[in-house]
Amino acid sequence: MALQNKYQQLIDTANTSGVSNLQVKEQDGVLYIDGEAPSGAVKDKLWDVYGSIDPNFLSGDVVMNVNVATAVAGAKVKVVTEKSNLNIRKGPGTDQPIVGKAAHNEIITLVSKSSDQWWLVRTDDGEEGYAYAQYLAPVE
Amino acid sequence: MKRTFSHLLNASLLIAVTSIWLFSCKPKIKDEDIQTQIQSNTAFSHLVATVKDGVVTLSGECKDEADKTACESAVRKIPGVKDVVNNTTIAAPPPPPASVVIAADDPLTQGITDALKDFPTVKATAKDGIITVTGEATTANWKKIKMALDALKPKKVDASALTIKK
Repeated sequence: MALQNKYQQLIDTANTSGVSNLQVKEQDGVLYIDGEAPSGAVKDKLWDVYGSIDPNFLSGDVVMNVNVATAVAGAKVKVVTEKSNLNIRKGPGTDQPIVGKAAHNEIITLVSKSSDQWWLVRTDDGEEGYAYAQYLAPVE
Repeated sequence: MKRTFSHLLNASLLIAVTSIWLFSCKPKIKDEDIQTQIQSNTAFSHLVATVKDGVVTLSGECKDEADKTACESAVRKIPGVKDVVNNTTIAAPPPPPASVVIAADDPLTQGITDALKDFPTVKATAKDGIITVTGEATTANWKKIKMALDALKPKKVDASALTIKK
């Protein structure tokens, strides 16, 4: 319970901002927070709160895995790389050959989710392949 | 002396006559009979045999050394076979079964590789579900990395050895 107290504000934020399927579990000195945020903004907010309680996330006592619920098959997603193009690969993994690129800030289509990490996407040019999900944000 | 010679002659004659009689009466097994015996035996269906003067030459492909030896000794036991020339070959061993597809040693390790691809100054390893992060990163980059690592569902992310650059 100690960790739940430490991160109470984070849990409260998750509850009040509409995170669905929220699961908070404390086990062996680690607090696990799972759920689906209604938007990318809510996910960002959660991480901001987390960072305010544990500066730089260095305590190692939280594993937070919150997905964005709007990232569903057929949704439009924006390439949110820092500035470079996003690789589109033949399969889900950085060891897979690159079959295309999506430009920074380009809007592409989420075809399906291979995993939480790798999404099958299609560009407007018709290039299709797997992209690293962290660089894709649902267009809201 | 004369008598002894006569005895010897008689004995020789007797031996000669007996030999001829024995030889002529020995049941002569024809090459064709041997050939038929081999061909009719399904144990040799994978072999080709030629017989000449009681000498059987075997060719064809045996499945292994044991099969080759067994066929040869079985043919040797056929009445009338004087010798066997075993020219059979041994089939190449069947190719090993296709290797079983093994998933990545550790999904965490694969996930770490993917997550850290754009952050060469950061290293991480997974052991017993715990991801240990070393190296250095900016605050902003570390946040991205932490988000990616947490999404791999680790037991814990230990970044106590990570240096945060201002």
